[in-house]
Amino acid sequence: MSGFTRHRRSRRVIATFSGFEADLLRSLAGQVVELLRNESAIPDEDRDPLEALMDFSGPTTEPEDPVLLRLFPTAYADDAEAASEFRRFTEGSLRDGKARAASSIIDHLQDAGLPPQLEENGLMIDVELDEAAAETWLRAFNDIRLALATRLGVEEGDEEYWYSLPDEDPRAQAHDIYEWIGYLQETLVRALTR
Amino acid sequence: MSAASPVEVDPGLETTPEYDDITVLASPWVTIVWNDPVNLMSYVTYVFQKHFGYAKKKAEKLMMEVHQDGKSVVSTGSREEMERDVQAMHEYGLWATLSKSE
Repeated sequence: MSGFTRHRRSRRVIATFSGFEADLLRSLAGQVVELLRNESAIPDEDRDPLEALMDFSGPTTEPEDPVLLRLFPTAYADDAEAASEFRRFTEGSLRDGKARAASSIIDHLQDAGLPPQLEENGLMIDVELDEAAAETWLRAFNDIRLALATRLGVEEGDEEYWYSLPDEDPRAQAHDIYEWIGYLQETLVRALTR
Repeated sequence: MSAASPVEVDPGLETTPEYDDITVLASPWVTIVWNDPVNLMSYVTYVFQKHFGYAKKKAEKLMMEVHQDGKSVVSTGSREEMERDVQAMHEYGLWATLSKSE
């Protein structure tokens, strides 16, 4: 595991994942997609297409799920009416963009050879991204980290607490994954700004 | 969203013109980015460079304000412009709000 680097000649951003790592990334990205699509705000796909086109309305109230509230924060702190208008006009497209970004991680990994069911040991997945794709991954990594951190209740400077948990504690394991995605994101920023 | 890739700025041209006072008078709205325990400092700097086209030095200064003071005004302009900036910050996963400048 060495994170992302920039290939000097092609300028493409590259990384190699073990089958296990790639499978884990796919699973996390898949959970983000599911969370984003699982809300009533998403128009019903079976709906009459004209009716769907004519419906400009998005949600006007804050999402109940704290992860969704963190992904779609309230834009006006002291003006509830302006905040719900803003939400109505932006949340739908923000939601689509984030779901698309997470899906593109899954697509890239599968195009790079990750099978639908991981069985083989010793499988290595080489990912190669152009600048636009790399930025999409960057945003998707951030959403995955926001989701994990919100579920875990991560706070500023609480590293000692997480390291003090016993290894078998599922929260410690989830926090390890959160830190791993953070490491990947850090190397990806570095590769992109180099 | 800005399509330009982050550019290396010639160190000799690093001084940013001081438009801020004038801009505040003419444009009473601001975009504020708030600190959170998740976003990486390098990522926040990257977003400020990428979206606003700020030089690395200015982007880092704003990022440090967010980190140390809990928030920073990252752009000023009309209400519509600030709504676009806030939406872009949310696309990147930063916690941003807009309000009337005081």
